[in-house]
Amino acid sequence: MNDVSRRRLLTGGAVVAGAGAVASLSLAAARSGGPSSGGADVATGPPAAGTATSGTAPPGTASRLVPFAGVHQAGIVTPAPAQVALLGLDLLAGVGRDDVVRMLRVLTDDARRLTQGRPALGDTEPEVAADPGHLTITLGLGPSFFTRLGLDAARPRSVRALPAFKGERLEERWGQPDLVLQVCTDDPTTLAHTTRMLTKDARTFAGVRWQQNGFRSTGAAGATPAGTPRNLLGQVDGTFQPAGDALDAAVWATGPEWFRGGTVMVLRRIAFDLETWDEFDPAGRDVVLGRRASDGSPLTGTKESDRPDLTARDAQGFTVIEPGAHVRLARAAVPSELLLRRGFNYDEGPDREGRADAGLLFIAFQADADDAFVPVQERLSKADLLNRWVTHIGSAVFAVPPGVTDDDGYLGQSLLEG
Amino acid sequence: MFRSTVRGPLNAAAVLTAVALIGACGRAGSGTTTSAGTASAGTASAGTTSAPAATAAGQAAQTGGVTIADAWVKAAPSGMTAMFGMLTNTGSAPVTVTGAATDLAGMVELHETVTENGVSTMRQKTGGFVIPAGGTFELKPGGNHVMLMGLKKAVKAGEEVDVTLSLSNGSSLVVKALGKEFAGAKESYQPSMNPSMNPSMSGM
Repeated sequence: MNDVSRRRLLTGGAVVAGAGAVASLSLAAARSGGPSSGGADVATGPPAAGTATSGTAPPGTASRLVPFAGVHQAGIVTPAPAQVALLGLDLLAGVGRDDVVRMLRVLTDDARRLTQGRPALGDTEPEVAADPGHLTITLGLGPSFFTRLGLDAARPRSVRALPAFKGERLEERWGQPDLVLQVCTDDPTTLAHTTRMLTKDARTFAGVRWQQNGFRSTGAAGATPAGTPRNLLGQVDGTFQPAGDALDAAVWATGPEWFRGGTVMVLRRIAFDLETWDEFDPAGRDVVLGRRASDGSPLTGTKESDRPDLTARDAQGFTVIEPGAHVRLARAAVPSELLLRRGFNYDEGPDREGRADAGLLFIAFQADADDAFVPVQERLSKADLLNRWVTHIGSAVFAVPPGVTDDDGYLGQSLLEG
Repeated sequence: MFRSTVRGPLNAAAVLTAVALIGACGRAGSGTTTSAGTASAGTASAGTTSAPAATAAGQAAQTGGVTIADAWVKAAPSGMTAMFGMLTNTGSAPVTVTGAATDLAGMVELHETVTENGVSTMRQKTGGFVIPAGGTFELKPGGNHVMLMGLKKAVKAGEEVDVTLSLSNGSSLVVKALGKEFAGAKESYQPSMNPSMNPSMSGM
């Protein structure tokens, strides 16, 4: 072996080790395959591998299924696939509790079938359902859902209108619906078919307030060896995530009783001002974030998996990572602030002048938003250097009920029949 | 008569012959038939886990090997609608669905859809639905289906509708079909005794 190849080998080894370390933090949860638990270890491949129903499943459809049944809903700690559609629905006038139960029975039946590669009942394009591509369908219930059905006493405390944050410019059209269906898959055709099927089955009971579509890189197409994707500012986004027991503690609610095993979902539509971001030089961008866009490494480290050192100082005595750097302010100050980020980029296409309408569908899951998202966002909204280029224009919060463990149950049953 | 559980292929064959002689015109009155087993829309599907498989097996034992999966019924406010699903016969002899009944409808018929001169028309299936031994028989929009006429109340999306199928082996299969909105299945209905299309009967 000559020196060059040895060096290459060593370097390669180092990269792999680094990737593993990061993966254990950023993707891990999800490697639990699903719905049932968050414990996990190092990634062994692209996200697809972790979600397979079994390690021996042949390549093909079987390895592209995410189990539907579980203590928790799928689509939360499941590795995020390439595509998302969020369907925000408002209950129609006159729709009551019995109607909602029927709606949820139908939507659950659709999810149970479509996620497993089987057509929905009455599916007019059954062939499209054959390969779901890691399809998950996740139900969330907004604050108004509880109020509307007289269930406010059962509403988790943080499932209510979020406090106003400095700098946000919320638009009514991206506002809070009664409920949400989060559809995730690697296949854009599956996404369209599934969303259409769910819409057809929901519209007897609910109108569509919005649909928000997003995308992200996965696996080999990811920005870093760990597969951490990039946002449309070019930044590696989602490096540090809770894992293992910390993930379980961060994400899964322990009460109220019906909500045990559920989680609170916060959705923020964050618009990026790509026009002024274009004017900003790369060094400045890295200072704003506290990480290098090149490889995701913190300014105090050399690789993405290095924990940013918030106390490190330069020769002049200034902290290397700015007081207003995004990584500093976004870090959980206490364990209860930990949350699982599972965001997707969006791009609605340019306007007539060629200006982008793009940004991030920030999605966070946590046991209680008052403990996690709210204090973190308070901090970010007041001092994040990135605020000059990012604006929150949409906001919603949902109680994501626990999963369904039997073949006859439906999502939301513990609330509606509890 | 033939209500007892089928015990073997010979019995099944004998039953089939008897039914054939009587003639299976596919009409059953309203009211509940003896329930020999149940299949819900949720559990009957393809045995993805052990639980539904066990259910299907238990059901099959009571119906001479006949089960149904993916049962659903088109939501309808009034008038008529239809039920669909995949019938499976794991037995060693063919079994015929000779009729159907439900509390929900004044009249239930077994229908086929035929296309003549480019027009799809539904009509009663002569001889009932024959599920071959070890085979399947699909009920689907635009094809064979169980027609529910004279609805006594609306069939709503998301509700479970019980329909009892009478089988040629003397047993019956209680189907739990999930109500679903469905835009298709609009073939016109052509009552067998009246060749002129009745507009009020279309809409399936």
